[in-house]
Amino acid sequence: MKPRQQRMLAVGLAVAGLAVAAALTLKAFRENMMFFVSVSDVVAGNYPSERNFRVGGLVLDGSIEREEGSLDVRFVVTDLRCELPVMYTGVLPDLFREGQGVVAHGRMRSDVFVADEVLAKHDENYMAPEVAESMASHVEEQTATLRENGADCEVAG
Amino acid sequence: MWKWFHQLASPPHFFRLASVLIPWLAWPGYALIAYGTFAGLFVAPPDYQQSDAFRIIYVHVPAAYLSMMAYMIMAIAGGIGLIWRMKLAHAVAASAAPIGASFTFLALASGSVWGRPMWGTWWEWGDPRLMSELLMLFLYIGYMALRSAIDDTTKADKASAVLALVGAVNVPVIHYSVEWWSSLHQGATLIREGGPAMDAAMLYPLLANILGFSLVFGALLLRRVRSEVLRREGRTRWVRELVLAPGDSA
Repeated sequence: MKPRQQRMLAVGLAVAGLAVAAALTLKAFRENMMFFVSVSDVVAGNYPSERNFRVGGLVLDGSIEREEGSLDVRFVVTDLRCELPVMYTGVLPDLFREGQGVVAHGRMRSDVFVADEVLAKHDENYMAPEVAESMASHVEEQTATLRENGADCEVAG
Repeated sequence: MWKWFHQLASPPHFFRLASVLIPWLAWPGYALIAYGTFAGLFVAPPDYQQSDAFRIIYVHVPAAYLSMMAYMIMAIAGGIGLIWRMKLAHAVAASAAPIGASFTFLALASGSVWGRPMWGTWWEWGDPRLMSELLMLFLYIGYMALRSAIDDTTKADKASAVLALVGAVNVPVIHYSVEWWSSLHQGATLIREGGPAMDAAMLYPLLANILGFSLVFGALLLRRVRSEVLRREGRTRWVRELVLAPGDSA
């Protein structure tokens, strides 16, 4: 084997080995690297009870209730299987609206998620307002799907 | 078959080739950026959710794309330099680092400015996309620091090439971070199944800017490699002839 081929082999093996090591590490930390927990997991009881965590889902259509004269807001997040009521006091981001993906940070107090921070997560679709209007029915469709599949939700207990 | 490869590795040959190529990359690049930026800011319709705030995409996406592209160039050039002992490849890797670091910073900064009104936060520690991109900025900075810490160019080339190759593992992690883990960052819009999820009137200016940024990046890289080659080959005859030759524009 020529020295150049030896070096090629060494570099190739080193990079391949590193890739495998990185893949295994990332796989092992997969749970911890989740930025947020899904609504189904929270409802099923799979969440850290002793510390704050983040929950991600869609704001359920028609669930936003604002308290007159304060920044208190209540809404329901859903992953189209389960629903979770959320309480929050503060300013909401511009993108916060019904049907929008949100990530709330806080902890569970009995059956309500009390958030100290609500972030909006937007999707990968970019379109003009006119186009979006013609597609506006998708939020209602999602909600209808949720109602149909509501029985699939596993509740902790 | 390998003739072009060995020819390319010859510094004087590369120097002449780069001098010819630079304007052919830079000017179409500037033209594409001018079109893409104008059409992106004034012609493309506002987004249905983000309205005008989405227009940061015309800087953010090209910068983020090139931050990863520059890293891959740096790592591959470093690998070629290690395997074939090609000094020119090391010069390319060393030249790519500061440009890549700048694009990484631009991607992080533009994303942060956008994230404040849209997500509701400037920065989220723990988000996989944000973390992996930040890690790449540190890799670039570490690469440049390592190079400048070693006086001997040959040793600096080898050590920094190893670092670049080690860090290359991070590049696919950045790209797939939004798929593998739940992240605040949205999924890929352009490279996805079923084609880009974007109106054509928004998409074409973006593609123009991505291509334009890439061409200007190529021109910047070649300029930097040219001066890096001159610095390394300062004592050779061809550089002396080049400098002393009157009227030869290089």
